[in-house]
Amino acid sequence: MNRTALRRIAAPGIAALALGLALSACGAGNETGSTSDSSLSGTLKGAGSSAQESAMDAWRAGFQSDNSKVTVNYDPSGSGAGVEQFNAGALDFAGSDAALDPTKGEVDAAKKRCGANALEVPDYVSPIAVVYNLDGVDKLQLSAKTIGQIFDGKITKWDDPLIKNENPDAKLPGTAITPVHRSDESGTTKNFTDYLAQAGEGGWPHPADKVWPIQSGEAANGTSGVIAAVKAGAGSIGYADDSQVGDLSVASIKVGDAYAAPSADGAAKALEVSPVDTTRTKGDLAIKVDRTTTEAGAYPLMLTSYLIACPTYSGDKADLVKGFLKYVVSTAGQQKAADNAGSAPLPSKLQQQAEAIIDTIAAK
Amino acid sequence: MTDLATPPQEHTHVPLQHPRLPGFATLLAAVVATAAAALLGLTLGWNLSGIVVLAIVLHLAGLTIWSRAVENARAATDRLMTSLVWVALLIAMIPLVSLVWKVVAEGAPAINGKFLTWSMRNVIGEPGGIYHAIVGTLLITLAATVISVPIGLLSAIYLVEYGDTSTLARWIRFLVDVMTGIPSIVAGLFAYALFSLLFGPGTQMGLGGGVALSLLMVPIVVRSAEEMLKLVPADLREASYALGVPKWRTIVKVVLPTAMAGIITGVTLAIARVIGETAPLLIICGSTDSVNFNLFGGQMASLPVFIYSSYTQPGSNPEILKSMAWGAALILIIIVLALNLVARVAGKFFAPKTGR
Amino acid sequence: MTTVPTEAGSPKRRLGDLVFANTTRAAGVMILVALAGVAVFLTAEGLPGLGAHAQDLKGHANFLSYVAPLVFGTLLAAVIALAIAVPLALGVALSVSHYAPKSIAVVIGYLVDLLAAVPSVVYGLWGIGFLGPRLVPVYGWLADHLGFIPLFAGPASNTGRTILTASVVLAIMILPIITAISREIFVQTPRLNEEAALALGATRWEMIRLAVLPYGRSGIVSAAMLGLGRALGETMAVAMVLSASGVVTWNLISSTNPSTIAANVALTFQDATGLQRNALIASGLVLFVITFAVNFAARAIIERNDPGKAR
Repeated sequence: MNRTALRRIAAPGIAALALGLALSACGAGNETGSTSDSSLSGTLKGAGSSAQESAMDAWRAGFQSDNSKVTVNYDPSGSGAGVEQFNAGALDFAGSDAALDPTKGEVDAAKKRCGANALEVPDYVSPIAVVYNLDGVDKLQLSAKTIGQIFDGKITKWDDPLIKNENPDAKLPGTAITPVHRSDESGTTKNFTDYLAQAGEGGWPHPADKVWPIQSGEAANGTSGVIAAVKAGAGSIGYADDSQVGDLSVASIKVGDAYAAPSADGAAKALEVSPVDTTRTKGDLAIKVDRTTTEAGAYPLMLTSYLIACPTYSGDKADLVKGFLKYVVSTAGQQKAADNAGSAPLPSKLQQQAEAIIDTIAAK
Repeated sequence: MTDLATPPQEHTHVPLQHPRLPGFATLLAAVVATAAAALLGLTLGWNLSGIVVLAIVLHLAGLTIWSRAVENARAATDRLMTSLVWVALLIAMIPLVSLVWKVVAEGAPAINGKFLTWSMRNVIGEPGGIYHAIVGTLLITLAATVISVPIGLLSAIYLVEYGDTSTLARWIRFLVDVMTGIPSIVAGLFAYALFSLLFGPGTQMGLGGGVALSLLMVPIVVRSAEEMLKLVPADLREASYALGVPKWRTIVKVVLPTAMAGIITGVTLAIARVIGETAPLLIICGSTDSVNFNLFGGQMASLPVFIYSSYTQPGSNPEILKSMAWGAALILIIIVLALNLVARVAGKFFAPKTGR
Repeated sequence: MTTVPTEAGSPKRRLGDLVFANTTRAAGVMILVALAGVAVFLTAEGLPGLGAHAQDLKGHANFLSYVAPLVFGTLLAAVIALAIAVPLALGVALSVSHYAPKSIAVVIGYLVDLLAAVPSVVYGLWGIGFLGPRLVPVYGWLADHLGFIPLFAGPASNTGRTILTASVVLAIMILPIITAISREIFVQTPRLNEEAALALGATRWEMIRLAVLPYGRSGIVSAAMLGLGRALGETMAVAMVLSASGVVTWNLISSTNPSTIAANVALTFQDATGLQRNALIASGLVLFVITFAVNFAARAIIERNDPGKAR
């Protein structure tokens, strides 16, 4: 074959190759062969809370296994991003660690997007862990006030007397403390600052907000970013959802007179004593968490994460959203999340209320 | 008048050659410096990088001072600058070696048959695969090529054959220059704004990635195609016209085939350049776990975005996902290198023989 | 012999010629339209952002005070990257053109091209995974021993995700461009000038200083500016490596760093809505204008000194 002949077939040859590759559409090795006989098909697009990421992975895997023609995509870009994009109409559902805030206009924006009051159901109850990286210190006990002062930059060294008082047995070095916070708009931040504001006895002078209020300390993007930053920096301390803590050291917080480590049961207990917010519209099941509870075994530094959806959708979307959301709050779904992310399954009363709300989703 | 009685002054002997350091001087200085630095460093307890830095400093200082003493100041400066140039080369190669080493060391263990044929759909707690990302990258790059190559090639033909120095041609050349400098994030923002306008807010689809990447590819294609077309000798064109062949046929049948090798090289290099772009794809294509063959239908995974999100948002299995990110990075580098190699080989192989 | 008179009017234009010529002209116009479209779109989307107020801009009073720290961060990172990359690139270019034997020169050329082929996200991975942790002891040393200089005031970051690390990664990314262009310039020095210098007894370095560098001065400047343009627009490597808090500070080694425009857009675009999104697009426009000015100046310098050489 001489060069001219080769040259002649070069361009069409390459084009044919590319086209063939595209058209062959070989499926991935793990996607062929559906074992379900479900009739649901389509794609769902969700985004939001990065704390829910592990649980969402479990829910999506379970739902997609049961309905092999459905794809659910979830982008853990942060609660703030999720709510913004949902209100702009870019998402089918959103995950948020903080309920829609009426004072910031989020409830009205959601109503505008849906054409009616948006639905909001709790789906994920998880403790927030205060993680730290300090060689030689395995157990750390901190009260809310101390935590507030550390993150506010008032306590700057690990061997500060305030920390020493609460940990008389620990060998605290003189290293500087590097507090790590979220750089994105985060529901986890809101829950954490809410805890510090309510229970901190003045140690934390800022109100609860999704945006971290002060500029000092290391900024990290997403729950995974905080964990990575704390892992990488000796002497750092941060706050993150318990599901992604891995093998990092975790501090116990003061509840009443005792110190409690983060646990699913503790979060569930704290949820039990927290009332449902009655100022909300029907279909919005927001909880006002009581951070100052001294209930035995409770762990009030927790987050209740929500799924936000519209009551009506056009076309097949309604069935898809309803099916997925029902799976998430079902006993099977909650158990799957508990296994994968260490969260506490929803108490049955809340679960029934949530299911009732989800059942109202209908096609336009 | 000089006095003939006094004997002439003794002239100092001026040698024709000034003293030089022996030929092995540089090597000797390097060895001595390394030894001294190692000794000093080990006693002080420094780590390897500290010792290497000290060795380099000692070598530079030692060689310069030695040369200054034996030879002269100018030779000392010359030796110093020679050593500095080689040190600069060494410093420049360190990140390359360390990067390639890190990517291969972390990525190679992650690659196996499952890695290349599975997607991440329904995969929890165990390593999955990057098939969806590879398919996405290929489709998006294909879309970008299909958009940018015809436009780029035809524009280059216009610039060389028809436009030459007309106002339109000058404007096109100027704007192609401007486009070369577009930051990739700006191209992504444009594609996002365009698709939000056309299809509704927050639309993400594979085609958008193709549009954003084509904005980045067009200038490279136009540039290189223009160069290649200019290189075609005028005699070929004029011989063709002399035989009565119309202009368009001359271009299609004579000029283009002659320049085809260089054009293919240019296009392949352009593809290699945009295949690693992350920022625009992050905004306009999003990411997903499952394979998506539809450029018009929702989010599509791609290798660079997969690497980014696996590393920065790994969830509760950071080790597994980080290792997959390195594996995907290795695959991406291999693809880019293969494209560069194909470009060079195709250029050499298909080049028409100039002269007889 | 008289020539045969042609027909009155211009010769008949073939249909093929007409179609083809207009198709190519249309393609050229399409490029104009596309770029005009980009400019119009971005301006249209960005202009409302110029009037954004505090509630959209995370506490900044107006757009100017929002964008100023970002521009500061962008320029700081790019200038430090340039300061690191230019001497290294000149050294590598000189070694390839004047110091190394032919065979080694070819190998070095390939290796530098290899550096250029690595995608920016892999540089980001390498920056957080390898370089950052390696530089932590260096930052500690700098804070301890050179802490009186405001640049190294500390306290040193203990994760290594500082603007200095990001600048080092940027420097490595722009090294290949500067090297490639500088090498081409150095290789084109007139042989006679070089040999004249050598004939007068100059050492190799003196020959370079007398013949090569002055000849290539404008080329080096334009190469540096092209590298600067690339560093200004780099997104992913900075987004991954930097721990950004949006403060304006000269402290290069602490945990609180200014962000760059491109990294800020990449990281906060999902969060943003309404006027905040418009403000982000406006900041993207500002970046585009800056990089365009830098690239334009670079090409003008090349054109002025060697018309037709512009790459």
